[in-house]
Amino acid sequence: MKHLLSTASLSKADALKIMDVAENLSSISDRPIKKLPTLRGRTIVNLFYEDSTRTKISFEAAAKRLSADVLNFAAKGSSVSKGESLKDTALTLKAMGADAIVVRHPSSGAANQLAHHNWIDANVVNAGDGTHEHPTQALLDAFTIRRVLKNSSGDLTGLNVVIVGDVLHSRVARSNLWLLNTLGAKVTLVAPPTLMPRNIESWPAETSFDLDESLVNADVVMMLRVQQERMQDAYFPTVREYANRYGLTQKRLHVMNAKSIVMHPGPMNRGVEISSQIADSDKSVIVNQVQNGVFVRMAVLYLLLGGQSDDL
Amino acid sequence: MTNNTKTLKSVSLYGEEEVDLVIENDLITQILPSGTSDKGEVINASGLIALPGLVDLHCHLREPGSEDAETVLTASRAAALGGFTCVFAMPNTKPVADNAGVVEQVKHLGDEAGLVQVQPIGAVSINQSGNELAELGAMAQSAAQVRIFSDDGNCVSDPLLMRRALEYVKAFNGVIAQHAQDPGLTKNSQMNEGSVSATLGLRGWPAIAEESIIARDCLIAEFVDSRYHVLHVTTARGAQIIKEAKERGVKVTAEVTPHHLLLTEDLIEGYSPVYKVNPPLRTKRDVLALQEALASGVIDCVATDHAPHSEENKDCEWDQAAFGMLGLETALSVLIQTMIKTKKISWRILAERMSLSPAKIAGLNDQGQPIAVGSYANLVLVDPNAEWTVKPENLASKSQNTPYQGLTLPGRVVHTIYRGKFTVKNSQVQA
Repeated sequence: MKHLLSTASLSKADALKIMDVAENLSSISDRPIKKLPTLRGRTIVNLFYEDSTRTKISFEAAAKRLSADVLNFAAKGSSVSKGESLKDTALTLKAMGADAIVVRHPSSGAANQLAHHNWIDANVVNAGDGTHEHPTQALLDAFTIRRVLKNSSGDLTGLNVVIVGDVLHSRVARSNLWLLNTLGAKVTLVAPPTLMPRNIESWPAETSFDLDESLVNADVVMMLRVQQERMQDAYFPTVREYANRYGLTQKRLHVMNAKSIVMHPGPMNRGVEISSQIADSDKSVIVNQVQNGVFVRMAVLYLLLGGQSDDL
Repeated sequence: MTNNTKTLKSVSLYGEEEVDLVIENDLITQILPSGTSDKGEVINASGLIALPGLVDLHCHLREPGSEDAETVLTASRAAALGGFTCVFAMPNTKPVADNAGVVEQVKHLGDEAGLVQVQPIGAVSINQSGNELAELGAMAQSAAQVRIFSDDGNCVSDPLLMRRALEYVKAFNGVIAQHAQDPGLTKNSQMNEGSVSATLGLRGWPAIAEESIIARDCLIAEFVDSRYHVLHVTTARGAQIIKEAKERGVKVTAEVTPHHLLLTEDLIEGYSPVYKVNPPLRTKRDVLALQEALASGVIDCVATDHAPHSEENKDCEWDQAAFGMLGLETALSVLIQTMIKTKKISWRILAERMSLSPAKIAGLNDQGQPIAVGSYANLVLVDPNAEWTVKPENLASKSQNTPYQGLTLPGRVVHTIYRGKFTVKNSQVQA
């Protein structure tokens, strides 16, 4: 693996390797000194064209625990409004000797272009590109599911995962769909028809417009963040109606499987797609997701920058 | 016998019988049995197919205003190399060709280059903004004699403005050429809406945005009994709507681009903006339907939508990149690949679709003439058995945004003759 650009192109073997390495690396957090010397002298650039707190500090923590030098390159708004193209930024980072670039960008395909357009030779990790993919989020989600709902097969065979919300615009939904499918889980996408892509029958998933019906057999319920701008574009009438029809509210608890878990990639809109009670309940593994994110990102950086899984 | 006499020896007319074609000054003066003429300069054209000089109703020459991407001269070279003797220049220049002054300037630049006939298209509305009619009559009366009007790049979405434009140009046998794209259905759209756009996370461009405008405009054109031309049809349903309108007598004509006859949306999977074009690449099913519609004549002609863009507008993020691709130098080869090699049409029908029909739609009498004694000597001679590999750096266009990079295509333009003069000889442009 030279780059991590999408889960659609990630093999099952590579996905499991990342998760297994993450498992090994997680033990470091219990040590008094939470640091490995593995990536000493390597430079990792966090290139963030979109505001992001959690993903950025998660990658930064991951890189630092592996002793890499971390440079943060934050660009406000799009490259055009900033006056420098992605290409020129890539050439700049190349000149600075970046070994790996962790990129978040509002344009779908930006990570792909960085990796393949002959601008720079560094390893590229996609930290979210437009409405395309967010592969490390999916990996940390799968890792979290595997840890909580222990499965003898080592993958996610037989689990029912329901993903609820703005499927049309969600890179988290896309990355999760492909990866969960690769790992053997059965995925159901739930959204109002306006937020469901057309021609979705080509995707390896069940679809439903009815949340309650979908919750019955779910082992995992993954809620997606509702972006404010969807409101203005008339994808649904009001936030209240959305919360009623597609929000994970307290009254829906009784239809859920007792052992099922609730996930959210954050940041949450409490009271919109998820109620506070559920977010803070025993069912919620949202805090685990954040913690696991660091381990998974350590594993990705470790493997991309040449570490071997048997060195650990 | 003057010095301006030449014989094209043993040339095959439309891929059919071989003849000796005698050209004197700017006219075809004799068609003789093969091997019987030695008049003037004798060019051995054995193995070459002669077609009437190609006519392209849809080009972006970029001058005035974007001379970094293309000029009338560089586009004229590309056109001649592609076998064209006449190209129509879309008005989305800077300033917009929405008045007699700009269309005359473009016409003049074309005459100065002297490689192809450059015919300006006038904007329908002032500054192509879709609000007020431009001075269509003044452009028609100008030295450029504009007959085709279009806000290409922008759709004339206001139905009342569309009605007025269609009515108004009847006074001088004009035609309104529509870029059919409902703007409300295509805000920030990036590619065809379907399973590929869903997976790539690129905002979808629904086929209905094009089809609903074509359907509406056919009804308006029928109501006011005026001539309506659909630019770059890209969907199966769009072609079907045009077919039905033609069957009930609507004066509608339509064009298709070479790229929509060959390329499909799945090419976008690597996010290379060279495939970003408006209207977008569609599905295989659409491509096959468009080929069928071109063969049957539902789609009247081929037009390139040659749209040069400088590198900085293409070598960037997908959603920041400009729409458009080069087309002039590759059009004939793409048509040979998609329509001739597959035996969907004959060379004679190819000539119809790439020369005679577009000239007729434009109301030009001196282009798109059949190869016959007394016709103007506007000709392209193509080697049907040659192949060539497209290399952007070898193209005559000032820009390099060809979607066919690295593809090996059939058929090579060997000579292009415009008004009796070689503009391309042995595949070399003559200026």
